[in-house]
Amino acid sequence: MTTTDPRPQRDRDAEELLSSLRGNTLPLWAPRVVVGIAATVAVLGALSSLGVVRGVLLGWLLTFALPIWSRVVEGPRKATDRLVTLLVYSAFSLALIPLGSIIWTVFSRGLSVMSAEFLTYSMRNVVGEGGGIYHAIMGTLLITGAATVISVPIGLFTAIYIVEYGDGNRVSKGIRFLVDVMTGIPSIVAGLFAYALFVLFFGEGVRMGIGGSVALAVLMIPVVVRSSEEMLKLVPNELREASLALGVPQWRTIAKVVVPTALAGIVTGVTLAIARVIGETAPLLIIAGATDSTNFNLFDGRMATLPVFAYTSIRFPGVPPEFSIDRGWGAALTLLVIVMLLNLVARLVSFFFSPKGER
Amino acid sequence: MTSQLAPEPAKARRTPTRPGDRVFFGISFGAALVILLTLAGVAIFLTAEGIPGVTASADQVKSGLSFPAYVGPLVYGTLLAAVIALVLAVPVAIGVALFISHFSPRRLSSVFGYVIDLLAAVPSVVYGAWGIIFLAPTIVPFYRWLYDNLGFIPLFAGPPSATGSTILTAGIVLAIMVLPIVTAICREIFLQTPRLHQEAALALGATRWEMVRMAVFPYARSGIVSASMLGLGRALGETMAVAMVLSPALVVTPNLISSTNPNTIASNIALSFPEASGLTVNALIASGLVLFVITFAVNFAARAIVDRRKDFSGAN
Amino acid sequence: MAKSIDVSDLNIYYGDFLAVEGVNIAIPARSVTAFIGPSGCGKSTFLRSLNRMHEVIPGAHVQGKVLIDGEDLYADEMDPVNVRRMVGMVFQRPNPFPTMSIYDNVLAGQKLNSKRMKKSESDAIVERSLRSAGLWAEVKDRLSRPGSGLSGGQQQRLCIARAISVEPEVLLMDEPCSALDPISTSVIEDLIHELKEKYTIVIVTHNMQQAARVSDETAFFNLSGVGKPGKLVESGRTEKIFSNPDEEATEAYIQGRFG
Repeated sequence: MTTTDPRPQRDRDAEELLSSLRGNTLPLWAPRVVVGIAATVAVLGALSSLGVVRGVLLGWLLTFALPIWSRVVEGPRKATDRLVTLLVYSAFSLALIPLGSIIWTVFSRGLSVMSAEFLTYSMRNVVGEGGGIYHAIMGTLLITGAATVISVPIGLFTAIYIVEYGDGNRVSKGIRFLVDVMTGIPSIVAGLFAYALFVLFFGEGVRMGIGGSVALAVLMIPVVVRSSEEMLKLVPNELREASLALGVPQWRTIAKVVVPTALAGIVTGVTLAIARVIGETAPLLIIAGATDSTNFNLFDGRMATLPVFAYTSIRFPGVPPEFSIDRGWGAALTLLVIVMLLNLVARLVSFFFSPKGER
Repeated sequence: MTSQLAPEPAKARRTPTRPGDRVFFGISFGAALVILLTLAGVAIFLTAEGIPGVTASADQVKSGLSFPAYVGPLVYGTLLAAVIALVLAVPVAIGVALFISHFSPRRLSSVFGYVIDLLAAVPSVVYGAWGIIFLAPTIVPFYRWLYDNLGFIPLFAGPPSATGSTILTAGIVLAIMVLPIVTAICREIFLQTPRLHQEAALALGATRWEMVRMAVFPYARSGIVSASMLGLGRALGETMAVAMVLSPALVVTPNLISSTNPNTIASNIALSFPEASGLTVNALIASGLVLFVITFAVNFAARAIVDRRKDFSGAN
Repeated sequence: MAKSIDVSDLNIYYGDFLAVEGVNIAIPARSVTAFIGPSGCGKSTFLRSLNRMHEVIPGAHVQGKVLIDGEDLYADEMDPVNVRRMVGMVFQRPNPFPTMSIYDNVLAGQKLNSKRMKKSESDAIVERSLRSAGLWAEVKDRLSRPGSGLSGGQQQRLCIARAISVEPEVLLMDEPCSALDPISTSVIEDLIHELKEKYTIVIVTHNMQQAARVSDETAFFNLSGVGKPGKLVESGRTEKIFSNPDEEATEAYIQGRFG
């Protein structure tokens, strides 16, 4: 040992270790400053002659200064880490752009026609301006309601069969497979199925609200099965055993312990399933059709629905087009609000009513 | 020691079942059977109603084409739109899922997850309306740029559509539609990565990205595949976005940005069905059956991949 | 009301796999019998066969006889549901029903079977069961609170109260203290001492001191070899098993030479 450092070896070792732990790192403020500069450039660029798109792109490219800087100071491993972090943040920001754009478009366009009259009048005998979407709202609620009534018992009991009775045997695997296949049925095919089914009973060219419900149920059942299955599986086996060990028959155990424990999740899943099918257009276009009048009878003739109304109003506006397109946006807005509310309800249910266990 | 095998079938004993149990089991099994019947019904009814459309001669249907000549370009368009959507969506979805599961601030991650889920909540007809009224006109300069700079690639051979109603626009809308689905599944899988694997990686001195690569991706690989498969299934069958964005023709072309675009099966049904009658309806139903078979094959193939990899994913 | 259990030539299978082989044991009434042995030797499996809980696992079945006061649990006309009402069970981890209050948890056995009761009657059952489980003083003011809000030890006593509220003859406990801290463990052990006045108690434990402290009888289970079924090596008075066992393996296990 030739060093002249008078301190004991142990202290010197500790210091060395500490400095190696600190390494060469960028200051904590580095990412914030780089992103700040990039954002400023983006805003200035957007306001200048470059335009929004080029300005934002330029700002985004500038943020890559951070991994480059890191490469110089911190070495390749940390630089890669920072690069990936940057890409991941970029991906998220990119995903927000269409979301913001869609919501802004729907609200700004849809709110212009929104009024009490718009929500409470049908399109009966309306040419040009005026009219409303009452008939479509009612149709949507009735058809989706009937679809829910069909899907929930079938979906829930199938999930019960798979989780509680089938537990890994061949039949339950087969059923699960079929549910997966069903998940993959395109919505338009569900509509064709309902049509082909109803043609058997009512002849060619049949249009009926309940047919739409059947088509939506075909789309909804697998969603309900999947989500209920997941929720039932989350119920700890210990609870089933506790109940069985108390001398409770299996069916009561399922009905009174397993399902109630999973109930919040099941309700959430069903609500989300409703939210998913309530916006379906294609099957209803085929089997429920479109009409200008209010129809409360699921079993008698064409029924208007919000998505089909929005589609036909915007795609085939007629002359002059602007009134029809405006009404289409109004229907789209109404539909979007309904779907958002359903999602909100689903989240509130799962937040407030989930059993708060230890785990 | 006696033999380890059961010397007599002890399972022969039947325990008495309670009526309640029997009824409850019956209902559950019946519900499962309904699913079987529904699927069988889908296959049978579509086939029964579709066959006349397949065998119909060219002059009996509105399109004036034999069934293969009619459905071929549609299949091409369907696959093209779905592939565009997937190529655009999956990388972004993995990024977004990683952002939510591992990179965003802990406290905000569920909020961010909810924001992305909002995309899934938007009805398809709204996407379609947004696609035709906002996106298509907005994106025209970009197509012109693609044509000017990358026109030598057949995909961008142009001439660029003046309205923006192209298969690429439809593909972009589809990509946005499948993004939340792929994201949600990837996110769940990423979050399910065993804490211990991740901590083991971090304890070895890995950076966050190395930890993701070492612990999260190997665990999540089959999940990512199945997420992409569901996204593909959705993109194949999605109707409205395409039906609203495209002004289609029956063509097969690699050109993504011109005003002559192939249609998809689903969109073609939606556009033609309301006014169709007679054998044309049957032809449309038959094309629906083709779509069903394609999505089924995609799901099936992807499932096989998932099953094969399941053993190696570390999940159980 | 407590009953004795006689097991003769019991083989327990999971599908084709023989898990426990040739058990013969007499478990006396109003006493605590401890099952000890290394992991995987089948003591929990055997315990679960005493109230037919092992049948919950698909493919599991038994051969042989389990007699409770002369009645064969595995006779053809026996309903496993009734068996489990007679033979209660407490599990390794406390498992109160998360959707139910403390009150309802205690009454779960009655409520889940939709038994109609007067309020005064059910109040009496809840108080009696919670007192027997030594939990009454701690929870009497918050009976309507969820059971999952209690501490681990309290939850386990709640599960004991739930098990005894249906007035079983026998109480099976599958490592009831393994998820608990030492203080909660000693509370439960004291409770076991009191409960044996009224119930036949069978307890599986990994903790030899616990077996020595709480049990009157001890049964030692061991594997006859790797991949071979578990079997009962010997059983007898706890003092004898712990001080002067007949079998070499028992002595080795108790002295901590393996397992």
